[in-house]
Amino acid sequence: MNVAVAVTGNDAMAHALKQINPDVCAAYPITPQTDLMQRFSEFVSDGEIDTELILVESEHSAMSACIGAAAAGGRVATATSGPGLALMWEMLYVASGMRLPIVMPVVNRALSAPLNIHCDHSDAMGARDSGWIQLWSENAQEAYDNLIQAFRIAEHPDIRLPVMVCMDGFIISHSICRMEYIADDAVKNFVGWFKEKNALLDIENPVSYGPLILTDQYHEYKKIQSDAMERVFRVTTDVAAEFEKISGRKYDLFETYRMEDAETSLIVLNSAAGTSKDVVDEARDRGIKVGLLKPRLFRPFPHKQIGKILQHLKAVCVLDRSDSFGAYGPLFTEIAASLYNYGGKPRLLNRIYGLGGRDFLPKDALLAIEAVVAAAEGKTDLALKEYLSIRG
Amino acid sequence: MNETVEIRWHGRGGQGTVTAAKVFADACLSSGRYVQAFPEYGPERAGAPLKAYNRISEKELRKHCPVLQPDIVIVADFTLLDGIDVSAGAYERSAFLINAGNIEAIKKKLRLKSGQKAYVVDGTRIALATIGRPLPNSPLVGALAKISGLVEVDIVADDVARSFDKKFPRKIVDGNRNAVKRGWEEVREI
Repeated sequence: MNVAVAVTGNDAMAHALKQINPDVCAAYPITPQTDLMQRFSEFVSDGEIDTELILVESEHSAMSACIGAAAAGGRVATATSGPGLALMWEMLYVASGMRLPIVMPVVNRALSAPLNIHCDHSDAMGARDSGWIQLWSENAQEAYDNLIQAFRIAEHPDIRLPVMVCMDGFIISHSICRMEYIADDAVKNFVGWFKEKNALLDIENPVSYGPLILTDQYHEYKKIQSDAMERVFRVTTDVAAEFEKISGRKYDLFETYRMEDAETSLIVLNSAAGTSKDVVDEARDRGIKVGLLKPRLFRPFPHKQIGKILQHLKAVCVLDRSDSFGAYGPLFTEIAASLYNYGGKPRLLNRIYGLGGRDFLPKDALLAIEAVVAAAEGKTDLALKEYLSIRG
Repeated sequence: MNETVEIRWHGRGGQGTVTAAKVFADACLSSGRYVQAFPEYGPERAGAPLKAYNRISEKELRKHCPVLQPDIVIVADFTLLDGIDVSAGAYERSAFLINAGNIEAIKKKLRLKSGQKAYVVDGTRIALATIGRPLPNSPLVGALAKISGLVEVDIVADDVARSFDKKFPRKIVDGNRNAVKRGWEEVREI
């Protein structure tokens, strides 16, 4: 039976991992991910699950251990945040290049310097080109649901790629909210039994992982990897349809909110989307035809589908919780790429918000709505890219 | 009260204020509501002023930011009134719940607006009598349940007891249960 609980985002992710009971987990603590794996390690120590927990000395080692365990034939997970993800950088590409279905919660945190432990999306955005699938989550419920679905997507024979499940540090990871746990049996049946087809430990059928491939075939190898990413859209949709049967919750590649008759829209990831929805409702009450689009699948990015939804709008404001210094925010760039090949082209604005955990308040969402409405009305002196709510 | 009740707690590090917010959220969950509980995340230092928040609602809670306009403000340590404007952002009809024994001094310091209500409970004294330690949160949670009307006293008392059940001896668990009940009974408007 599904049961309502009041838990933190980290509790929720740890509970999902417990229900899935991976063969191997590597763990290295980093705020705000620490109590996710700490909780998970309690489940292991208490004998509730039989995961082989490997305590390592760095995130580089954590990912290396995951790579080895996954190649050996295990179902494998770890979790990290901010600088921890940055330290995994080299091994992220090894995991995706070896086509290993590792699953990893990323509890989003800013990168140093200055030193900061709070939420922004610089960590995961820095890893967006690493060949990992990325699912983003507004709240603890979505983080839990995405994590369960991630295993099915990663391990699908047409995909075989690692998946990051992103959730906002502190704002979601450490805040208690109501959500629903799915019954253990239903989760176990949903993720099923994982049998690695090319396990290193299958000595009857020897295989090699990570050999040297030079100029003759590397290019083709990467084309195959790119083709696998293209199949993620279909598989993610199929997995979501099956997940709806055990959860009653509907997931798509992205969520649209009050977009049916919208003339303008905000585009925003993760927890700020929740706050923005309340402000969109208030704007709607005042007769402003604004909607919201929240990407769930960021890698691969559903350019075509999102372009179709946005093409007829007058203006779109993309909110980024990270910056690509000297360029536009990473989400903005994807939205621009989604629209270029369609006839109608809304005006685009980019607003950077919430770096290093700065609160994203209703007034910030309102500033974005005011800007996008002004853009729709033809106001010409609007900054294309701007940091929101800069203190004097 | 609004459809969503927003609560701001003022306390000091080490007092258990964040735990109180969590326990209250849990108790409200039992009544089928949507709940949130979260602290203001900063450096954790014993004795330093801190804030924690609750949102309790009949409908799904989507805001993920601090409570800026509290319906209810709780002050777990009245000495905070000297240094912090606990009424910041409060409505004309907001309620204040103060842990204090000296009512006259509190009245002077609070400077309420005409529609605002203030409630006092001597949580520290109750805690010393029931638990044996000056941790006022169980009485405050009981008092909050009463003035908010969000949850019945027995449900909160059971929830508080359950939150202590795993780690503490029977005496402490029962002491906290009694502390919640006495907070509910002894809170009064000033």
